[in-house]
Amino acid sequence: MEKLLNWIDARFPLTPLWESQWGKYIAPKNFNFWYYFGSLAALVLVMQIVTGIFLTMSYKPDAAKAFGSVEYIMRDVEWGWLIRYMHSTGASMFFVVVYLHMFRGLMYGSYRKPRELVWIFGCLIYLALMGEAFFGYLLPWGQMSYWGAQVIVNLFSTVPFIGEGLGVWIRGDYTISDATLNRFFAFHVIALPLVLIGLVAAHLMALHEVGSSNPDGIEIKKQPKDAKTGLPLDGIYSHPYYTIKDLVGVVVFLFVFSIIMFFMPEMGGYFLEANNFIPADPLKTPEHIAPVWYFTPYYAILRAVPSFLNSQFWGVLAMGASVVLFFFLPWLDRGAVKSIRYRGTLYKAWLAAFVISFLILGYLGVVPVTVWGQFPDGWPLVGGADKATVLARVLTVVYFLFFVLMPWYTARDKTKPVPERVR
Amino acid sequence: MSDALTPTVDDKKRRFLLGAASVVGGVGVVAAATPFVMSFWPSARARAAGAPVEVDLTKIEPGQLITVEWRGQVCWALNRTPAMMATLPKLDSRLADPNSNNSIQPADCKNEHRSSKPEMWIAVGICTHLGCSPTFRPDVAPPDLGADWLGGFFCPCHQSKFDLAGRVYRGVPAPTNLVVPPHRYVSDTKVVIGLSQEGKS
Repeated sequence: MEKLLNWIDARFPLTPLWESQWGKYIAPKNFNFWYYFGSLAALVLVMQIVTGIFLTMSYKPDAAKAFGSVEYIMRDVEWGWLIRYMHSTGASMFFVVVYLHMFRGLMYGSYRKPRELVWIFGCLIYLALMGEAFFGYLLPWGQMSYWGAQVIVNLFSTVPFIGEGLGVWIRGDYTISDATLNRFFAFHVIALPLVLIGLVAAHLMALHEVGSSNPDGIEIKKQPKDAKTGLPLDGIYSHPYYTIKDLVGVVVFLFVFSIIMFFMPEMGGYFLEANNFIPADPLKTPEHIAPVWYFTPYYAILRAVPSFLNSQFWGVLAMGASVVLFFFLPWLDRGAVKSIRYRGTLYKAWLAAFVISFLILGYLGVVPVTVWGQFPDGWPLVGGADKATVLARVLTVVYFLFFVLMPWYTARDKTKPVPERVR
Repeated sequence: MSDALTPTVDDKKRRFLLGAASVVGGVGVVAAATPFVMSFWPSARARAAGAPVEVDLTKIEPGQLITVEWRGQVCWALNRTPAMMATLPKLDSRLADPNSNNSIQPADCKNEHRSSKPEMWIAVGICTHLGCSPTFRPDVAPPDLGADWLGGFFCPCHQSKFDLAGRVYRGVPAPTNLVVPPHRYVSDTKVVIGLSQEGKS
């Protein structure tokens, strides 16, 4: 065996690759619960690719056959129902772990120098993932697939001057049609997965180049080396230590995943929407259109912005900006410390306000704007307006202020001294 | 002293050649991208399917709305009753664009009733906000739309409201009135949607 390995290593850097990327990678010893979600995201990615390959073997990307072929997978293909539920549950769980992974980054300042590129590759992965989810959602060709795609493609039609042509160009028809379904299928099964895998490789290579941060935000590479092992004082090898830890996370995650997949794959209409069990009908709009839960905060922001100067492009612009702003975090944050453990109350309060806004916006994006009724007509400013819309506007402002005011409140925050060693 | 064995490098010339080669290569890349970008436009088949459609108006009762498909889009023909017509002048103050100055319609439909024949209204039944199809709500003062509702169209997606000529209310997400497509009456009771007055499709 060793002979074979030597033979390969003389021709391909297998051992150096394994050692630099995982085997001899030195990580801080104090990773906590929040550090499970990176490896879990990788696990879900692999699961989505494998289940996706098997789904394409029975799925037909044809407007006349797509809906039927999904039903065929669910009813007639041996074990097809399980493969499809793994894929649909995986889509939602992908966003669950990615959102938790991103929140970890916010809490512990994982995006700070020297990890700016790790963060930016991560943001690009998030964008690619959103595209992947959007394109994939059209494929079952149900009512919600169809009208959701209609709404999102029309976002591009609001771009001034070129919008109308752009919409036709994206659809390949004057309306969402067979041509649109086919090209979305191509994006979903080949173009974006390739991009995703490339970005994940870049994300991991950048991380293993600069080294992981940790809940204390202490740079272990700057610590003196241990006399006996030659490792940084607070560093350990990822393998076997974090291999074993991540495996525990995988087991627990698969428990949760299985419970959802076997007992509530539709998750009360949040993972698979009720309207999507009706075939797409271009002549009949469903009563209430809502995107899948992971897009609803952005959808709420889109709806909150009123049309201005006869254009609804502003809402689209705000929605785009709300995602793009994440890229700038490494330069917006001027805090003296990285981790929330040593930040002052100012940052903690803003982060809490941001998370609460994100969650409530997520809720508001699911429900119709009339959900709470209107303010009485006589009221100043808000008279006659939908209560939910007014709240969405306030929360949208909070969402943006978290980013825009960050240089100010992080610099002004009263931080605590960071210790020499991790806790 | 220079001789053939110690060649001198002309840096300026090298940079020029490098730049020129990059530019030519770049032009090649753009040219090669053209077929891929162009393949995204509607195919000849999709364009042919977008041909004009003829609608027979004789069977539409007063107050009735029929739906036809043109270019895969919902198109409406609404035969408005005198009572419906009477609601149109009352709404100006509550509308965002009562005179259709910022909206899309053929020139002869830029009027209060937004049609060339007053009672017969032809429109694309797609909300100008994000493309949902509004619901026809001719009922006056229903509980969910308020006591001052005189009949019109209500978009279920984002709650935009339009009157019975497709004119948009103030303070709703949709920015402009519903689109009136190009259409031409080939006889008194037959209209062709997708054909302009001049006969161009």
